[in-house]
Amino acid sequence: MAVTDAPKITSSRFDLADGHTIERYVATGGYQGLKAALAKSPSGVVDEVKSASLLGRGGAGFPAGVKWGFCPPGVFPRYLVVNGDESEPGTYKDRLLMEKDPHQLIEGVLIGCYAVGCSQAFLYVRGEMALAQERIAQALNDAYAAGHIGKNIYGTEFSVDIVLHWGAGAYIVGEETALIESLEGNRGMPRLKPPFFPAAKGLYLQPTIVNNVETLANLPWIMSNGAAAFAALGAENSKGTRIFAVSGHVKNPGVYEVEFGVTTFRDLLYAPVYGGGIRHDRELKAFIPGGASAPWLYPEHLDVPLEAATVGKLGTMLGSGAVVVFDEQTDMVKACHRLVRFFARESCGKCTPCREGTSWLEKILERIIDGLGRPEDLDLLLDICDNISVGMNWPPRQTTICPLGQSATSPIASAVMRFRDEFEAYLGGPAEITVQVKGPAFVGPYVHEEATADA
Amino acid sequence: MPEAPAETAVAITVNGKAIAARPGELVIDAAERNGVYIPRFCYHHRMEPVGMCRMCLVEVDTGRGMALQPSCMLTVAPDMVVETESPVAKKAQDGILEFLLINHPLDCPVCDKGGECPLQDHTVAFGPGESRFVEEKRHYEKPISISENVYLDRERCILCDRCTRFAKDVAGDTLIHFQDRGNGTQINTFPDHPFASYFSGNTVQICPVGALTAKPYRFKARPWDLDVVESTCTDCAVGCRIVIDGSRNEVLRYAGVDSDPVNWSWLCDKGRFGFEKVGADARLSAPLVKETNGDLVETRWADALTQAARAIKAGLDKNGPGGTAIIGGAHLTNESAYAWAKLAKGVIGTDNVDAQLGDGLPAAMVAGMARATIDEACVAGGTLLVIGSDPKDELAVLFLRIRDAVTLHKTTVVELSPRATSLSEIAAHSLRSVPGAVHELVNQIIAGEGDLAPVRAALANDHLTVLLGRGSMAESAEATVAAAAALLAAFPNVKFLSGLRRANVHGALDLGLTPGFLPGRVTLDDGRAWFTEAWDTVPAEPGLDAAGILAAAADGRIDTLILLGADPLADFPDRELATRGLKGARTVIAVETLLNSSSAFAHIVLPAAGAAEVDGTTTNIEGRVSTVRQKVTPPGTARPDWMIAAELAFRLGADLNITDAASAWAEIERLSAAHAGMTAEALGNEPDGLIVGRTEPDVERPAMVSFSAPAFEAPAVDAYSLRLVTTRRLYDQGTLVSHSPSLAGLAVSGSLLANPTDLDRLGVAPSGNVKVSSPRGAITAAVEPDATVPPGTVVLAWNQGDPSPNALIDAAAPVTEVRLETTS
Amino acid sequence: MARLDDTNLATAKEIISRYPRIKSATIPLLHLAQEQDGYVATDAMEHIAELTNTTPAQVLGTCSFYEMFKREPVGKYLVNICTNISCQIMGGEELLHHAEESLGIKGGSTTADGLFTIEDVECIAACTEAPCLQINYRYFHKISNDQFDEVIADLRSGGRTDEIPPHGTLARIRQHIPADRAAGNADPAGIPEPIWLSAPATAPPEGEKA
Repeated sequence: MAVTDAPKITSSRFDLADGHTIERYVATGGYQGLKAALAKSPSGVVDEVKSASLLGRGGAGFPAGVKWGFCPPGVFPRYLVVNGDESEPGTYKDRLLMEKDPHQLIEGVLIGCYAVGCSQAFLYVRGEMALAQERIAQALNDAYAAGHIGKNIYGTEFSVDIVLHWGAGAYIVGEETALIESLEGNRGMPRLKPPFFPAAKGLYLQPTIVNNVETLANLPWIMSNGAAAFAALGAENSKGTRIFAVSGHVKNPGVYEVEFGVTTFRDLLYAPVYGGGIRHDRELKAFIPGGASAPWLYPEHLDVPLEAATVGKLGTMLGSGAVVVFDEQTDMVKACHRLVRFFARESCGKCTPCREGTSWLEKILERIIDGLGRPEDLDLLLDICDNISVGMNWPPRQTTICPLGQSATSPIASAVMRFRDEFEAYLGGPAEITVQVKGPAFVGPYVHEEATADA
Repeated sequence: MPEAPAETAVAITVNGKAIAARPGELVIDAAERNGVYIPRFCYHHRMEPVGMCRMCLVEVDTGRGMALQPSCMLTVAPDMVVETESPVAKKAQDGILEFLLINHPLDCPVCDKGGECPLQDHTVAFGPGESRFVEEKRHYEKPISISENVYLDRERCILCDRCTRFAKDVAGDTLIHFQDRGNGTQINTFPDHPFASYFSGNTVQICPVGALTAKPYRFKARPWDLDVVESTCTDCAVGCRIVIDGSRNEVLRYAGVDSDPVNWSWLCDKGRFGFEKVGADARLSAPLVKETNGDLVETRWADALTQAARAIKAGLDKNGPGGTAIIGGAHLTNESAYAWAKLAKGVIGTDNVDAQLGDGLPAAMVAGMARATIDEACVAGGTLLVIGSDPKDELAVLFLRIRDAVTLHKTTVVELSPRATSLSEIAAHSLRSVPGAVHELVNQIIAGEGDLAPVRAALANDHLTVLLGRGSMAESAEATVAAAAALLAAFPNVKFLSGLRRANVHGALDLGLTPGFLPGRVTLDDGRAWFTEAWDTVPAEPGLDAAGILAAAADGRIDTLILLGADPLADFPDRELATRGLKGARTVIAVETLLNSSSAFAHIVLPAAGAAEVDGTTTNIEGRVSTVRQKVTPPGTARPDWMIAAELAFRLGADLNITDAASAWAEIERLSAAHAGMTAEALGNEPDGLIVGRTEPDVERPAMVSFSAPAFEAPAVDAYSLRLVTTRRLYDQGTLVSHSPSLAGLAVSGSLLANPTDLDRLGVAPSGNVKVSSPRGAITAAVEPDATVPPGTVVLAWNQGDPSPNALIDAAAPVTEVRLETTS
Repeated sequence: MARLDDTNLATAKEIISRYPRIKSATIPLLHLAQEQDGYVATDAMEHIAELTNTTPAQVLGTCSFYEMFKREPVGKYLVNICTNISCQIMGGEELLHHAEESLGIKGGSTTADGLFTIEDVECIAACTEAPCLQINYRYFHKISNDQFDEVIADLRSGGRTDEIPPHGTLARIRQHIPADRAAGNADPAGIPEPIWLSAPATAPPEGEKA
């Protein structure tokens, strides 16, 4: 077990009733990170963030400092867009960061704008999060009044406006190019990368950095305490701390900031300070390691550390830090259907395989649950998945612009391959499967070597 | 298309074969040019790719291993390896075809697209034999009408974004759009805002399935029953290349051909759906002569021609050649125009011939100015100065080309017009000129002081083209001519693109259907010796233009007035003069496809063959000569115009030596300075056509005219009056639109638009009817306040029926001043 | 049924002023219209098209993509019950069925008195607090059937209006950028490299600016 005493970097004000106010924020060290940043050159700040090895916390897990460096030189204006459209099922952290500590996020945005040379920032909050919108609006108004944002911040040449913007209900807008489309007033339909890598051709086709809320919330601490202190926490490829939401069948569902890369799934699910074990002391059946899009893991994976690369090698991902726990009594066919229904409802409709494929999958699963399944439906399900994500391997070979369509194949492959008997029970008899599924997490029991060694 | 030169080629490998791609080329295009067709639905090479149907997925290795990529969004890069038929690529493509089909209805047997449907073709070629989809398909009400001429069947739609991209990016009419989301995504209009685009028919043509169908073609034919000829649309002077689809001697539809220098496959709806006039019930099918009771009754050709020849001969005997005059000819083919010019100038000997109806520009200018092509006018980074023309309403597809140049290629548009036009929104500078004084504004811009400095800077471009038209009929062409002269003096490299709109007006001018000119853009004097040798005779003196002819006719000095597909009452700016002229001519001979308002004055009506009924050539605004082809036989005994000219010549004792269109063209090529070298063979080799006057004529031919302009002083503004401006709309009350049922409903009668401050100042009520009076006449019109109309002017649409502004205009006056009074 | 009224028009213009390209204001203005009328009326979309220099079809295209925008009136209280994975396995579907029985309507419909609309929604980011729901986008965590009935009873009797504004109102606090502090929009058509990038900021003064 590796429950460490790492400091809380981003969630330190979660327990304060007034952590969202500017007074409390400033009284607890707020805006000192920005001042520390302004004492450095912008490139110095970039270097600092690079050496902190801060991985993006949105899902893809790309190093933030490196992403900043992708803006083509000499092309201005640059924009910074905050992705606060948290909607991946199981994910619950950015909302808390926005509701409970909005100034920390604002300070992170300012540091990012200073470092990258962004002249305007847009803070895109999910539409359904009314309280977060209110808290951020208040925080922005207070921060403008106090001189933290706007023209010539603290008397320096650094000037930037932060504009609060919110969405209107579309999961796909969490994808960065769809978010940009939405921010431009359009339907949130993703753009193809390349050519539309936001760092090169983003908002209004200008260089744009899209960062997740949690990613930016780390910046004040890194600036105040130094990259070395941050990089001292965590494992080789996963530095600092990270917030995980543990939901489902644990005794203590909750949002926990843990040391990244070191803590294991077993810690997160069973440690008394975290999940506290499976409810009613039942057996663990499976868990989703990183949001609805991630292929599932099983009890044999409990000792895998919460480390991005290690989990990636398993054939799944830490994604958005959303761990959903299924106990032994969970109906995996219904769970699978519910997840697929989600992707079918949230498909933007742009790419044929996702638009047509996800709802086809949903209809078949619905039919199976209604008792109208045919033995050949399991093979059909997997072959449709294979047509959405050819080869069904990991990382996926997707036929679509963004990963949403392919995400719908994760729960199907995970559930059908591991819990085929439950499907057969719905079908009323055995079903033959001929479609080959290649990704490691899709093929049932699997013990990772490193994980074994750690245990 | 030529191969890319080796030094600039990008070497890629497609399916194991080395290919020399062009720099910047998309993989899908490079592969297709080299014989590898990658299936696609959303990609259309005249629009920005969106990569959303995913049908063109291929495996591509750019150095980091094979990955699935849409070939329509991928630019070639050196050493790229592309597999279009590998197992992974095929799996992806087959999967996508299945996905597209699961919700696609199985109504191919009753679908207009069946037989020419990419989805059907791909399915037959590659698709699964039967469907694995046992669920209920998506359902929508089918079909719904989204515009006057287009139906949308959302069940068939595969959401490729072609129609919506066309509407937004090409036409700029974002009236159809994706709505809803995911599996429920649909194309639709906003409630009660139909897809009222001049270009809506293009969406039918580019729809890769039968989701969009054209009402005029609905259930008319199956593609395999159609036979096809390639031709040129002659509904305006852009000269869009088309295919005419027909069956059993009936024209069923037009479709745009992708002519790179001209229309890029686009057509306007007036052109596309105007084919209905070809077989209109009202078409003239037999000659008519006026009886003593005033009725026009059918007769035999021999009688009609004899009467016509007798009238001409009587005039000749009595008053000499000048007693015969011709107005019109802009709707003829080049060959027919030449035949009539030869008849008039070489047989009868009259120079009183004008293909324009006082609504165009002087032939000396059009023929003499340095002419630009559409490509040159739309060149990336160039400047296009637009004077007196609203291309969207007058030369619709040219508007699409200009819009593309501005939105995608940084072409700068400067617009000078008496009121805002369709270009104002995309123009870098849109300036209002005082009616009748545009040259003054041009001179100020050339001086370039103050606010006008950036405008002058925009014109000081190596690639400056002036689109020169005749926007308003309420002012003479003199100010426009003066403006052109000033521009030529200030910017010697300037080129001009003609904005004249009527069908083959440029061909008619080039071939001498205009006073003072002989075929080949040569003046009477310069061409006299050459054509005297060829024709035996040419007129001694420059003759009268349309205004002069009508005035002379009104004075009883015209014995025979021939209307060659012309309607002076509707089209000549001065209706009062037109009426007197038509009444004053002793004999009026109308050569027409359809009766028009002026036909009531005709004594003899000769039925002519029209579009899709004749072979020949036509000349567009650039001077581009392209072929027109016969698809159907003319109604009844109607015959080509050149044949009518030849028959009349015969009855006047002469032989035009024209036996068909080819013989006419051979003579044009042989005699015309401007058409030298444009042999039938050369034209046959170049479907996009050849440009008049661009080949160096051999030395003995007469010199082509060059442009010079007389000085012009605009009349002072009369503070008590308002200056009238007339505007054109694509759909008017003209003969063409009126006889095409699918278009007839689209013409709307116009109100008098006036600036609210002027109405206030004059104490005119801002609604209801006003009496509009000029020195020439008065009309009553509904008034509509419009703040975009510059103070001091009022605007009335041209040829939208009554009230018609031509009742107010004096052809001899440089501007039309009007006064308004509220009618009680 | 309405275009934006004068007050909202002023707000709309302030919102528009914060974007380098005015079309970006489309979604905020749709929210404003929904706040005004409780749903997005056809006239409002036409008005927004005018304000954002787009066509009504474009505004509808955007509007119809997003689930929060209702183009028909809904109840004064929109009850969004999450049934996505974390809630599903913790009783979200049972909560939905209870709500449907309790209010006598199916998901997606509105009570006859126009007070309540129930929706079966996707994850609303309260996964550790399952089952959860939102009423007009105000959260209720780990809510039992009894608690649900209690909230509904309160709302029926006109209570909790401070906590839950009528449908359409999201944040009750609006951002205002003070004119004297605004850095200004970054015009995508081109602005020079920010000064602080090429000439690094001078060391910040100690403490905050007054």
